Amino acid sequence: MTSENAAARLRARRSRRSRNTKSIWKGLAFASPFLLGFVVLIAYPMLASAFYSFTDFNLFQAPKWVGLANYRHMFGDSTFWHALWNTLYLSVIGVPLTIIIGLLGAHILNFRIRGQAIYRALVYVPVIVPVVVGSYLWRWMLNSQYGYVDRLLQLVGLPQPSWLTEPQWGKPAILLIALWTIGSTIIIYLAAIRDVPQDLYEAAQMDGAGPWRRFFSITWPQLTPVTLFQIIVVMISYLQIFTQPYLLTQTTAVGNGSAASGGAGDSMLSLSMYLFQNAFTFLKMGYASAMAWVLFVLTMLITLILLWSSRRWVHYDNPDD
Amino acid sequence: MTTPMTKILGQAPVRTTARRRTVARFRLAWAIERVLLILLVAAFFFPFVVMLTTAFKPSSDIFHSPPELWPRHWTLDNFASALSTIPFWQYLGNTVLVSGLSVIGALVSAPLVAYALSKIRWRGRNGLLVVVLATMMLPPQVTMIPVYLLWNKIGFSNSFVPLVVPTFLGTPFLIYLIRQFLVAVPDELLEAARVDGASELRVYWSIVLPIARPALVTSAVFQFVWAWTDFMNPLIYLGDSSKYTLSLGLYSFFSQHGVEWGPLMAACVLFTLPAFAVFIIAQRYFISGVAAGALK
Repeated sequence: MTSENAAARLRARRSRRSRNTKSIWKGLAFASPFLLGFVVLIAYPMLASAFYSFTDFNLFQAPKWVGLANYRHMFGDSTFWHALWNTLYLSVIGVPLTIIIGLLGAHILNFRIRGQAIYRALVYVPVIVPVVVGSYLWRWMLNSQYGYVDRLLQLVGLPQPSWLTEPQWGKPAILLIALWTIGSTIIIYLAAIRDVPQDLYEAAQMDGAGPWRRFFSITWPQLTPVTLFQIIVVMISYLQIFTQPYLLTQTTAVGNGSAASGGAGDSMLSLSMYLFQNAFTFLKMGYASAMAWVLFVLTMLITLILLWSSRRWVHYDNPDD
Repeated sequence: MTTPMTKILGQAPVRTTARRRTVARFRLAWAIERVLLILLVAAFFFPFVVMLTTAFKPSSDIFHSPPELWPRHWTLDNFASALSTIPFWQYLGNTVLVSGLSVIGALVSAPLVAYALSKIRWRGRNGLLVVVLATMMLPPQVTMIPVYLLWNKIGFSNSFVPLVVPTFLGTPFLIYLIRQFLVAVPDELLEAARVDGASELRVYWSIVLPIARPALVTSAVFQFVWAWTDFMNPLIYLGDSSKYTLSLGLYSFFSQHGVEWGPLMAACVLFTLPAFAVFIIAQRYFISGVAAGALK
């Protein structure tokens, strides 16, 4: 009896093991495109860029080991600090604005008004427009002589800056374009708001809670998990911001093509732009790689701080969610 | 109807003031909601109106201060100029080629990997899912330079290959999107076919792919829009102006002598239209895709 049992168990285990080995191969086979991509386009490049960051490398000669020289040089490079400052400025102002406008927008698009599907689509459209088109369009809208933004400011009696030539207005211009494309943030909040259980509101209303009270006691706590997600995603995209400042400050280069200038006094030079310039204009691949790692570590650090802080303000009451 | 007169008379004034106040508050809320909605939609949509009207304006109307929204004269000259100033059709062809191949790449690779991450039970599955998610967070700047050097070394810089091949190796966001969809598909459906002796590939091809159609459409439209609107990768890889996509080609309207805003806006309209059309047709897939990626 026992030996029979043991034999059966052994057989079962053996067949399970063989099935397991078989399914590992199946899994690996189906996942193989990603595995190949991961090795060639992620893992190897990460190691390589870590290595390059300790070298002097200009594309034409083999990389030469220089130890920490690139990082030391970065420390004394005022343009780097300036680009870092610009990037942090954009992130620190852009992220809260995105969250606030995203929340407001989602509430407005949740009103019971006929045709909301169309309005939601209209607010989302800037996301799917080529970023080149959006940036050039805003470059025209922000034109100080013929543009509509300053015209609008004039009509309501506000000062009309020359957005793209005055150093202190360059970053607000970038923020304006970035905020124009927050349709995804709004749509995600909209979906989250509609997921809040309605009975919570009914109970609160019966207790006589007004709209503000309902927002802060019910809606906001329920939205904190998705807010954490949005803050992290938006923060990462601001830390990497490249295309909008590049296109706003693009100037005609000597010869054929274009180059990014960074705007008046480098006021719009982001970290990614400076990195790009070093890599592909000055061909300082080693220095650019070091900058990429600084950007990466900075991103990780800020993400970890956000995750750590979430214990204090993110509200999880549905463990099955 | 049978209520005594006295009762109505007695209660009426109190009730009407209260009701009037509620009605007034209701009307106020009604009006505020509509004003807010109009402001929101106007802020996001107004730039498109500017783009369209500028494209149809002669330069005398464009360079008019203060700007007037409506053209005094309508003209198609800007479109003619947009098509002749730059090799528009060639750039459009390049953009279509890159976007089309990218969509094929996404549809070939992402569902395969998503299947491995949801419907095959194997050791390492959860670990791989974590890797896919972590890859999404990685700044592309970290891998950009070595990847460029790699393509350069094997002679593919200045070609569409570096723009297209990565889509055949699975984009993490799309893998995750399809995986989330497949997790909700009951296993019994696949088990029945497996018991009948169908191979894994057959189960994938004739059961999973047809079921996953909505997720595949969502992935296709996302990948199309990404490729259509991409700027950074073409900027890195396409040096030869005959290879330019529209994203790079539009800069030709800028010159030392100023910007040809009319033709530029006309070209912008033409460049935006295909993405806009895809969005209109597949709108609900976008909206569901964006929300699914975040909430599940």
